Amino acid sequence: MSDSNTSLLLSVENVTKRFPGVTALNQVSLTLAESEVLALIGENGAGKSTLMKILAGVQLPDEGQVRVAGVSVRLDSVQTAQRNRIALIHQELNLSGNLTVGANIFLGREPIKRGLIDKRKIREDSVALLARVGLNVSPDTIVDSLPIGQQQLVEIARALSVDARILIMDEPTSSLSQHETERLLEVVKDLRSRGVSVIYISHRLGEVAELADRVTVFRDGANAGDLRRDEITHNRMVQLMVGREISQFYARKPHQPGAVALEVKELETPENPGHRLSFSVRAGEIVGVSGLVGAGRTELLHVLFGVDAAVFGTVAVDGQVLRLRSPRDAIQAGIALVPEDRKQQGIILEMAVRTNIGLPGLRQHQKTGGFLNRIQEGADSVAMIARMRIKTPSERQVVQFLSGGNQQKVVLGKWLSMNPKVLLLDEPTRGIDIGAKQEIYALMEELAEQGVAILFVSSEMEEVIGMSDRTLVMHEGRITGELTRDELTEETIMQLATGNVGAHP
Amino acid sequence: MKKNLGILGILMVVFLATAYGSKSFFTPYNLFNLVERSSLYGIIGIGVAFVIITSGIDLSIGSLIGLVAVMFPFVVVEHQMSLGAGLMAVFGLSLAVGVTHGLLITKLKLQPFVVTLCGLMIYRGLARWLVSDKTMGYGNESFAGLKVLVGNASQLPGCASLPGAKHVPVVFLILIVLGTVAAIFLNKTIYGRYLLALGRNEQAARFSGINTTKMIILAYVLCSMISGLGGLLFALDYGSIQPDSFGNFYELYAIAAAVLGGCSLRGGEGSIFGIVLGAALMRLLMNSISMLGIDDQLEPTVIGFVILIGVIVDQLVKRIAAHRRAVLQARQAS
Repeated sequence: MSDSNTSLLLSVENVTKRFPGVTALNQVSLTLAESEVLALIGENGAGKSTLMKILAGVQLPDEGQVRVAGVSVRLDSVQTAQRNRIALIHQELNLSGNLTVGANIFLGREPIKRGLIDKRKIREDSVALLARVGLNVSPDTIVDSLPIGQQQLVEIARALSVDARILIMDEPTSSLSQHETERLLEVVKDLRSRGVSVIYISHRLGEVAELADRVTVFRDGANAGDLRRDEITHNRMVQLMVGREISQFYARKPHQPGAVALEVKELETPENPGHRLSFSVRAGEIVGVSGLVGAGRTELLHVLFGVDAAVFGTVAVDGQVLRLRSPRDAIQAGIALVPEDRKQQGIILEMAVRTNIGLPGLRQHQKTGGFLNRIQEGADSVAMIARMRIKTPSERQVVQFLSGGNQQKVVLGKWLSMNPKVLLLDEPTRGIDIGAKQEIYALMEELAEQGVAILFVSSEMEEVIGMSDRTLVMHEGRITGELTRDELTEETIMQLATGNVGAHP
Repeated sequence: MKKNLGILGILMVVFLATAYGSKSFFTPYNLFNLVERSSLYGIIGIGVAFVIITSGIDLSIGSLIGLVAVMFPFVVVEHQMSLGAGLMAVFGLSLAVGVTHGLLITKLKLQPFVVTLCGLMIYRGLARWLVSDKTMGYGNESFAGLKVLVGNASQLPGCASLPGAKHVPVVFLILIVLGTVAAIFLNKTIYGRYLLALGRNEQAARFSGINTTKMIILAYVLCSMISGLGGLLFALDYGSIQPDSFGNFYELYAIAAAVLGGCSLRGGEGSIFGIVLGAALMRLLMNSISMLGIDDQLEPTVIGFVILIGVIVDQLVKRIAAHRRAVLQARQAS
């Protein structure tokens, strides 16, 4: 690795980066050839983001060097990185939603004519760039009005507009639907065929296997291994990431469900009027809800949790029809929701772990006169931290300093302390690393064994197939089908998710 | 407590400097007035703290104070209502104002700034119209019984012989009682926790089963009720009320006291003790400016600068703390 190879477009050689008290990267190396898609994978905290920041010119390495086309470069600013034709597309999109597509593509680099922005040139150039990423919208469209998948393409168009030949994509599909993901993968393949090289960071191993020419795995800030195209399998990748063999990734065991715990009859959500949904979940059963983004799954959970009012229909828990006017009603009936938007709806980032875990139970545990029961709160949170194996220095740690996986465990922990009968999970493993994912699967299994009814929305087909006893598939606000464990495959789900009801009996 | 050390420090410095620079500062008369006025500002600061904690704001406090101050003698003297009925009218009005603000903000989802800005204009206009801009006085005998509220502690029943009681303003005692109750409410009850939680993240609080609508309305009601009480006390203390100006800018002083005392306008944090200190610092500055012979016209400028410096220092301290924490955490992680 130490020999520089001029045929390589990019090589990272023995780079070390230390932060006060922690070595984020320890002698890592990585290479990228022309027209190559290199997938970079690893658990959260493995050092991927730090390396990406170094390549994007946000941080300088302490040791080691970066070569672009064989020439050693010092990437000391984003501008320098851009001059070296490296562009980073961040996980959270960096677009100004209130501006037009064209304005975003040329933001900060607006062409000027007679002292004013040359809108005509922006429009013309944007059309060409949008064509390259296969996005057929007008450059005058306001970005906010586009679905998230198309916004991602706008961001790629912006990267192309600076003539990037090294494109770094950090979890580009984490908030995309299956369909949008496929579209994005096509665009990446197309860029590769046009000579652009891509470093593709993702937790979704399915798309890595489909897309990557080569995989580099990081673990604990160091190289854990490389896989050639023909070596890329799900198991090999997981094994390198976690450093041990995964015999059974999903924990779901076959078992007998109990009585019906959640019964939904002819439910009509305000978002999708006209469609009535009926289904039930038994105690100890895990029912998956699959479908494309926008199929109405989150909206369904929000009605079940009392966030939005149903237009029609009934929800019953243990045979008792509920009056759901607010989440409080749902919680009192034994329903809990782990929401999709963890940071906005799941936790209060600025508050301590114990405060977050204690929040739903404050009322239940209050002392006379509405006084807080601090002793109970402390004891409960300490117990929950141990049970959930939340990695935190203490129960008083502020949640925003925890990793995504541990934040998600706090959300789960706050609900488990309420002993729910029905647990609603909305994309519970989004954006968290493999280790934490496995723990969440194991927990779902454990809860189901204890008789909790679990309704589980996920866009990751693998986990739906791996974890559910039954799966409901939704399409445009309707339930288009129900699949038993034996019928569950990516194909059967996709057929129903795209509205192809006739394909399945 | 630790968070308030900075402002306590500034308070001491200004206090000692003024005592050193002016002979008439450290006199019983001046100190009594200083403590009394500080307490009045502290009381309305506590009121606005509740809405600031919910990440809201109340700009109508000063106008509500003006309206309460003219309405009370208007109904008691000019319309011969009993004192009790007058008090009922004043607090009923404050309650109605708070509920209205709360409902508009939660049910109609209007912005607190806009709602209370409209309140600021509406209540001021009503105050002036109600009494046709006449100056209202509190000299009438009907108010004699209430005057004890703005007197000294020795006038309280059974306290005449307590040593030093005549140097303690009664409003200071009111502040202590109100402040203690408010601090306990905020820090020791589940409702206080609800307010802090929804101030940080209303959605997450709602998703945790908190009735955020009810809690926000409660915050505005508390603010208006405490403003009403403050208005009454201010009016009794000043004695003569100009409907067009009485209470002007008080909302801003209250907000400034809350901010100085550690409330973030982003919501979710605040300490009652800090707010009381903030209010005291502001009154002290006003007092010092006149005592030290600084041009009166510069008073708002000086106060503005002190608040600005206060928040800058606060911000720097927070940054240093965040950096330290990051370093510490990195150490623990490795």
